[in-house]
Amino acid sequence: MSFRNLTIGAVAAAVVAASSAVTPAAAQEGIYVPLLTYRTGAFAGSGIPIADGMHDYLRMLNERDGGIGGVKLIIEECETGYDTTRGVECYESVRAKNPVVVNPYSTGITLQLIPRASVDQIPVLSMAYGLSAAADGEVFPWVFNPPVTYWDGASVFIKHVAEVEGGMENLEGKTIGLLHLDAPYGREPIPVLEALAVEHGFDLKLYPVAAQDMQNQGSVWLNVRRDRPDWIYLQGWGAMNPTAVREAVRNNFPIDRLVGVWWAGGDEDARAGGEQAAGYKSLNFHGAGADYKVIEDIITHVHDKGLSQFPRDRVGDNLYNRGIYNSMLVAEAIRTAQEVTGNKVVTGPDVRRGLESLNITEERLAELGMEGFAAPVEVTCKDHSGHHNVYVAQWDGTKWTRLTDWTSPMTEYVRPLIQEAAASYAAANPGWPTRSEVCDSE
Amino acid sequence: MIYREAGQYKTSYAADMAVFPLRQDRIGIAVIIALAYSMAYFGTDFLLQAVLIPFLIFALAAIGLNLMVGYAGLLSLGTGGFMGVGAYACYKLMTAFPDVNVIVWVLMSGFFSAGIGVFFGLPSLRIKGFYLAVATLAAQFFLQWSFNRIPWLVNYNISGAIEAPLRTLFGTAIVGPTASANARYLVVLTLVIFLTWIASNIVHGRIGRQWMAIRDMDIAAELMGIKLLQAKLLSFAVSSYFCGVAGAMLVFFWLGGAEYNVFNINQSFLILFMVIIGGLGSLIGSFFGAALIFMMPIGLGIVLPAIFEPLGIRVGAETIEHLRFMILGALIIFFLIVEPHGLARLWQIAKQKLRVWPFPY
Amino acid sequence: MNALYQIFVEPFVFMGEAPDLLLQTIWEGFVSGILYALIALGFVLIFKASGVFNFAQGIMVVFAALTLVGFHAMGIPAIIALILAIGVMFLLALTVERVVLRPLVNQPDIILFMATFGITYFLIGLGEFIFGGEPKVMIADELYLPRGRTDLDVAGGFVSIQHIDLAAAVIAIVMIAVLGVFFSKTRIGRALRAVADSHKAALSVGISLNQIWVIVWFAAGIVALVTGIMWGARSDVSFALQIIALKALPVLILGGFTSIPGAIVGGLIIGIGEKIGEFYWGPLVGGGIETWLAYVIALLFLMFRPQGLFGEKIIERV
Repeated sequence: MSFRNLTIGAVAAAVVAASSAVTPAAAQEGIYVPLLTYRTGAFAGSGIPIADGMHDYLRMLNERDGGIGGVKLIIEECETGYDTTRGVECYESVRAKNPVVVNPYSTGITLQLIPRASVDQIPVLSMAYGLSAAADGEVFPWVFNPPVTYWDGASVFIKHVAEVEGGMENLEGKTIGLLHLDAPYGREPIPVLEALAVEHGFDLKLYPVAAQDMQNQGSVWLNVRRDRPDWIYLQGWGAMNPTAVREAVRNNFPIDRLVGVWWAGGDEDARAGGEQAAGYKSLNFHGAGADYKVIEDIITHVHDKGLSQFPRDRVGDNLYNRGIYNSMLVAEAIRTAQEVTGNKVVTGPDVRRGLESLNITEERLAELGMEGFAAPVEVTCKDHSGHHNVYVAQWDGTKWTRLTDWTSPMTEYVRPLIQEAAASYAAANPGWPTRSEVCDSE
Repeated sequence: MIYREAGQYKTSYAADMAVFPLRQDRIGIAVIIALAYSMAYFGTDFLLQAVLIPFLIFALAAIGLNLMVGYAGLLSLGTGGFMGVGAYACYKLMTAFPDVNVIVWVLMSGFFSAGIGVFFGLPSLRIKGFYLAVATLAAQFFLQWSFNRIPWLVNYNISGAIEAPLRTLFGTAIVGPTASANARYLVVLTLVIFLTWIASNIVHGRIGRQWMAIRDMDIAAELMGIKLLQAKLLSFAVSSYFCGVAGAMLVFFWLGGAEYNVFNINQSFLILFMVIIGGLGSLIGSFFGAALIFMMPIGLGIVLPAIFEPLGIRVGAETIEHLRFMILGALIIFFLIVEPHGLARLWQIAKQKLRVWPFPY
Repeated sequence: MNALYQIFVEPFVFMGEAPDLLLQTIWEGFVSGILYALIALGFVLIFKASGVFNFAQGIMVVFAALTLVGFHAMGIPAIIALILAIGVMFLLALTVERVVLRPLVNQPDIILFMATFGITYFLIGLGEFIFGGEPKVMIADELYLPRGRTDLDVAGGFVSIQHIDLAAAVIAIVMIAVLGVFFSKTRIGRALRAVADSHKAALSVGISLNQIWVIVWFAAGIVALVTGIMWGARSDVSFALQIIALKALPVLILGGFTSIPGAIVGGLIIGIGEKIGEFYWGPLVGGGIETWLAYVIALLFLMFRPQGLFGEKIIERV
């Protein structure tokens, strides 16, 4: 009995001590960049390469250049498991340490953080995910989603369909399916596809997949067989993507008419379909493969020193490169912030200004060792996305290859929709602050 | 020595049946409440926002579930769904009638989830035990699907998410992004204390005794004249009411917004853990359980790196996550083995010991 | 009126119009029903012998499959990896019995139920800690599982049958038969049934409860391994599979917690019912009803048979 009580007491004391030790670590000299990542749970398959890519690029900057502008980056990961509640907990725990920018890496978490960004003065960088309407910098001064939004992505998909079908007029009467994860992320492209369906006279079919049925898509694909859509746009994530590619192969769906959004473009996603998955397409806005100078640098400065957790032979995976691209934007935003404000150790508001003045030119990309890896990116105060070009990549059975040229989204069409959505967001939230932040890029 | 009841005579039936029969208990609870309120001024933002507010809200949800599982003996796995009903009802009410104070709507929203709870409680008369538990899963999945698929519930928001609009109390923002953690904490604390007081009165009164009779043996209770259907449905209703209010508070006082996935099955399980670990049929246990289950992962996230990093072992965020899962699992088993009646029983034992301390006989 | 037409006429008309799709739907339902039944079987084995509602069955499926793939990734031949994985499941059964079940003898059901939650969390953490979170590809070829498919021409369309699904059905049926023989004909099987009937009576005739528990958990572990291989070969082995295991719960309440044939029949009813419901009626409400339809089907059955289709009749006494 006494031993029992002792153990209980010890455990209870440990727990109490653990909970009371809730004091944020003392601020170190440096720029604190938290990464909200997920290496566990059902979405880990997509989350791991991205987490490693993000980490490795920033780490490389620390090792090679000693940080940015001579200031070391303090990189810290917080595990969200792609769960919104856990993500908010993570945000709370990093918020006390003065992060300069937050990468939520989940549309659900981004939605939660959008209203808080301006209050907490921490910019949110949701790179090519999150709320499409956040591209309107007038309404969302603290939220950024370069280089493209989901709505742009959907419009590029339609453009690609039209190109293959031989012109926009041939869309009339076609059936186009959207196979999407039943979550805010998956639903994001629906409004623009619906609008385009009305305009071009094609029939839009929605195939939602609930998170718990990600690996159990049998009935969804039966629906596909019934409706016989001509094209399918896949807005999936995690274990949903490989299963979808596999099911497409299984159900005799022409694989080159299955086009994934950029997040459905993981190497493992396509590989799951076997040889017959060759031909699967996905949108992309950066290069795949390891033949870039920046990746060589990462290998020398991070992998060779044993500082990376990512398997060496998978370096160059599409989603790993996505992580690198994301971190490049973060790093360039911090560098721009240093130039704009003159501060070396920048703060959240500084980086917000840096993001708004972000202008990564061809020359700059060459300096970064990213020639041919990415296209120039420019963000302005009004336009927080830039609606940049993307291209369609194709899986050749072993790797991603570039199928089309850089294609511009239907910006003239998408932009008004975005402004409308942003206005209605502000209207739905009475007391939404009107923009008072300074603008440097005008 | 201090915790001794000598000299306190109970001279009336009421005094004997009081919730806190000892003066020390009454003083203790007053001190705890006073301390809790003072935290609003002394606590850091992180402590309030990331620890205390969610702890209180989860404790309330655990109380709600405990009323059903611990007092009425009806196992439910649908807590997440019922919390969601409260949250979405509150959202609809507060956007439809923005002029009424948000606290009114938070308290009202519970009635909607009570109604839904009664509906899903109907099979409870015919089925019991694990069969009922699985039946409540139907509620969980159906409700979660509804939150996702009925755009009316989110006011046709294209992302399918709800955001907390700005709402004030006495001119101070208590809901919305600009509400300070202190203000929200004060509101949450007051509501939780108020609702705990109500719950305590329910379980100590006629209704609570009926539930306990049903829990201990429903046929015997029926023979004694308790109407099973009414009592069981009432327990569904009351339990769902508390869960619904907790759900509304979770979204509007803590998260600041939600998508349907916040109310997923894991939420239901988590609250069930709190109830079991805290102690079935104990209100104070619900608080203990919420504290342990909610705060332990946060604590581990801070303590584990502190332990390993000096040893030169790099612990990534994911390793901490794995260890958290393993430790949580191991602790659940550990606590069940050493004290199946939960932390509340440990508390009782401690109080017994304290009465004779320092001179035990 | 239009709504009534859509609910009661249109789906049936469509079934008649496209018999190939109807057959395909039933086949898909049949296959997922078999797989649900396999998961449910693991639950039933343990519930029958120890009265424990083993929530950890889902994670055991993932854990078993991960162990197999993990051993193979270390360069061990598939067959030996399979044997090693079986060994790991035995160790797991032994540990669970020693660490969890034995100290909790005689506790209320809900406590044991909670303890299996503890096991679930522990195994999730341990599994990801050892094997990492990425989805793994099941070593289907190395285990001589067939691949490819056959398309049967039916009424102008085709019904596509995956060979792996056929194999899953055959293996499941064989496994159920083996378990049936094991339960009814062997010494251990009889002991298991004795324990299921009454712990006390079984103890008094010299049956070791602890030993029986190890055996049933081990048997459930093997069922989990087979389930994991089958599910894994159809999609990937990832922790998302654990969520699918929840689908086995309506199967259980439909079939009864204690009946092996109940698990099979329940699995098939749920599998086929939810696929047909989703395919023909789902679009009326926006689809995705598969997540809860299974529970509603099960609830409807429960209204008439509270102990499930094959469950033992509960006789209550005061």
